[in-house]
Amino acid sequence: MNGPGINDFTLRVATVNGTGSASANGLLMKTIFRMGVPVVGKNIFPSNIQGLPTWYEIRVTGDGYAGRDGEIHFIIAMNPETYASDLADLAPGGVLLYDSTWPRPQLLSRPDVTVLGAPLSAMCNEAFKAARSRILMKNMAYVGVAAALFDLDLNVIEQLVTEMFAGKEKLIPLNMQAVALGHDYAKQNFECPLDFRVSPLDKTRGKVMIDGNTAAGIGAVFGGATFGAWYPITPSTSLMDAFQKYCEELRVDPETGQNNFCILQAEDELAAAGLTIGAAWAGARGFTPTSGPGVSLMSEFIGFAYYTEVPLVICDIQRVGPSTGMPTRTQQCDIQLCAYASHGDTRHLVLFPSHPGECFEFSAKALDLAERFQTPVFFLSDIDIGMNDWMVDELTWPEDYVPDRGKVLDATQLEEIDAFYRYLDVDGDTIPYRTLPGTHPKGAYFLRGSGHTKLGRYTEKGDEYKEVVDRLYQKWKRAAAFMPSPVLKSANRPARYGMIAVGSSDAAVTEARDRLEAAGIPVDYLRVRGFPFNEEVDAFIDNYEEVFVIEQNRDAQLLNLLITETSAAKEKLVPVLHYSGEPLNYRFVYEAVETALKVRKIA
Amino acid sequence: MTSFVKPKIHRLNEPTNALGKSRADYDGAMSTLCAGCGHDSVTAALARAFYELSSDPKDVVKVSGIGCSSKTTTYFLKDAHGANTVHGRMPSFATGAAAVNKHLTYVGVSGDGDSLSIGLGQMAHAIRRNVDMIYMLENNGVYGLTKGQFSASSDIGSKAKKGATNMLPPIDPAIMALSIGATFVARSFSGDKKQLVSLIKAGIAHRGFALIDVISPCVSFNDHKGSTKSYAHTYQYYHKAVHADYVPPSEEITAAYEEGESMPVELHDGGTILLRKLDADYDPTDRTAAMAKLMESQQTQEILTGLLYIDESRPAMAEHKKLPDTPLHSIPYETLNPGAEALRRIQEEFR
Repeated sequence: MNGPGINDFTLRVATVNGTGSASANGLLMKTIFRMGVPVVGKNIFPSNIQGLPTWYEIRVTGDGYAGRDGEIHFIIAMNPETYASDLADLAPGGVLLYDSTWPRPQLLSRPDVTVLGAPLSAMCNEAFKAARSRILMKNMAYVGVAAALFDLDLNVIEQLVTEMFAGKEKLIPLNMQAVALGHDYAKQNFECPLDFRVSPLDKTRGKVMIDGNTAAGIGAVFGGATFGAWYPITPSTSLMDAFQKYCEELRVDPETGQNNFCILQAEDELAAAGLTIGAAWAGARGFTPTSGPGVSLMSEFIGFAYYTEVPLVICDIQRVGPSTGMPTRTQQCDIQLCAYASHGDTRHLVLFPSHPGECFEFSAKALDLAERFQTPVFFLSDIDIGMNDWMVDELTWPEDYVPDRGKVLDATQLEEIDAFYRYLDVDGDTIPYRTLPGTHPKGAYFLRGSGHTKLGRYTEKGDEYKEVVDRLYQKWKRAAAFMPSPVLKSANRPARYGMIAVGSSDAAVTEARDRLEAAGIPVDYLRVRGFPFNEEVDAFIDNYEEVFVIEQNRDAQLLNLLITETSAAKEKLVPVLHYSGEPLNYRFVYEAVETALKVRKIA
Repeated sequence: MTSFVKPKIHRLNEPTNALGKSRADYDGAMSTLCAGCGHDSVTAALARAFYELSSDPKDVVKVSGIGCSSKTTTYFLKDAHGANTVHGRMPSFATGAAAVNKHLTYVGVSGDGDSLSIGLGQMAHAIRRNVDMIYMLENNGVYGLTKGQFSASSDIGSKAKKGATNMLPPIDPAIMALSIGATFVARSFSGDKKQLVSLIKAGIAHRGFALIDVISPCVSFNDHKGSTKSYAHTYQYYHKAVHADYVPPSEEITAAYEEGESMPVELHDGGTILLRKLDADYDPTDRTAAMAKLMESQQTQEILTGLLYIDESRPAMAEHKKLPDTPLHSIPYETLNPGAEALRRIQEEFR
């Protein structure tokens, strides 16, 4: 496979959390982005506030792939605690830079890599007085070293630093001084630049670097959400932070000072679900962001919303489970949970965004689907999409967009009809009409999670109960045609094998598919974007001898969902499972598929 | 629990309210509770209060959790939207609904199991948010639908029908509510309709969360000798501390009152709650004193009733959250959509 080269390498910064390295790492990434070179950033951080190891990976990817590489070519090792593992993770031929204020001869144990020492602490201690600024400036100093080694544009860095400290201008020269310290040291002591480095391109025009949670929060604003409730939980918190930020910026009535939105911080996820369902029942377009543990707590209410047909959008930003699991590490481990959450016969709509651009689009889509089908809709993202910055096309909103509020009768319509029955399938399309409190006396009805007839009355009679739940099943099936269609990437010649993936696996799978094809192994790839699955999924699986189902969990949840919910033969589906908690990388997928096919050939 | 349509029978020359509606227009389905259940009296008091207030039923929202008490939301105001939600989770549902449209009246009906065990957290947080709603806690000290287990409001020493004695201290919803900033705390008895109706009217008029803890005996599982939530026990220890009359904005206060004995509390709707203190030394606007008095009554087993505490100064959720005059569901999309230029502008920081 390809090794490091110009605009093609991965850099890892190993630091300690709470030392302010995030802004330095962001600066490095944005510098490359502004030089027109596509870039991927992955934050691998501990569930902790201060003092534990944290890593930031920047992949420079001139050909524009958005996933992880799987190899590390350069490490800025700022955390002595992880020197050993950082050194071990470095690919042969790689380079490790460390703070040689305290020399570490043991770092020289690998003959196949280069170790560079720069006395970053010593230089910063000499140049800066305050203890805190010495720590922060050390981060800027490694940016300077990297700038020299990778041939980064210092003007771009200065511009970014200026933007970063807008309003705190006196910090700009100090930070640039620290950058210069590192830069000058590298120039004087190392051969600069390295063979693998950054060379300006024009591939980031019209692009933005944004994380999925922020994009989803903006999407909810543009999608017309007026209500949000949540209980803070990693990694979903930043979604509500974004919604709140942009609501406060864009949704406060300038004349009255009143908010054209309501955001409530709940006491727990049970309440977050109740608040959102109550608001939706009363007519607001609402959503609640959470993660797996929150969905577990919400489950009773999810079944209530399903059975009583109240729109509900839950954004599940998945993290590693079970239980508390690894709250800051990524997985796709709630697929089965979200498909069927709650007791009794329940099944839901699930959207699988695969990057922040789709988070923006799908958070609004989820609101539309929930109101059209009057049912819970899961927006299933994960930490990798939600909390990492991805390069995506600049977000644009369709000018002609009209929110789909579904079937809601207003006072005039109620006045005209003889009688209103909440669960009557008047139009024969499985979706009944609903009414909002305060509209019209004829619209009054009683919402109940207990057995009810199609007229909305209490019942314990089997046939009356079945009539309603049978319609619910049909309604759910009907929704398949309204889910975003799958995206097919076909090989350049007929393929005997296929791949299926959802969500954040897409970037790595796309790259693996391209590279397999280049290596003479044609594979077609279908990215599924919604559940219930539409017919194209069945048809796709039907076309191949075998289909690899690539996903980020132990139990092959997507594969099992495909077995249950499509006509696919079980034997055709082959699991490719990645569940370490780190974002998926293309090498893993490539090797899994290549190895499997080699075995087939031998057999 | 089957739902029966209650026949609507109008009498000749029956009185009507300002909307031209009769008392029967505020009824709902037939109750399926046990004959003599305290909850049915509470239902009747609610219907009576809304009738006397001339409320338009379509502008009322009824919400409940799960349990005998929670079934009663179908038994009054059939022309109002209602929701029977999830056990212990009525407060969150009601809060969400109330956030959407601040012009409607929200009535929550719950019980001691629903509010003080499974739903203690949700009730507490609805109080903290000062959601503009009236919260009826139909308190009988027992689980009825599951046939006779003690609830969290059972008093120490109270006996179950099958003979067990409760050893755990009770949660007094009034004391708890006071301790976390409730702005309207009342206690009443299902057997005292007059007091109950006037408290409900005052609670509806109050801006913010109004808790009415109603001792509402369970005739099937907790009305025996040895129970401290029986009709007999309640009648014996029932003590009226403060009487509250709601006077709507349109009416003049005609009742004469003497300083120190009665006091008017002005409400945000322009109306007044006229408090008549039956215990001269009790001040229902003094939270600390109210707490002390309630704790004292716990010791003496006295059931202190009336409007125990009122505070009209704290903003309700609608003010605190600056909720708009237009209900959230009716704000035009043109107003909600920030537009293409705003989208371009906010993305500048992502380059």
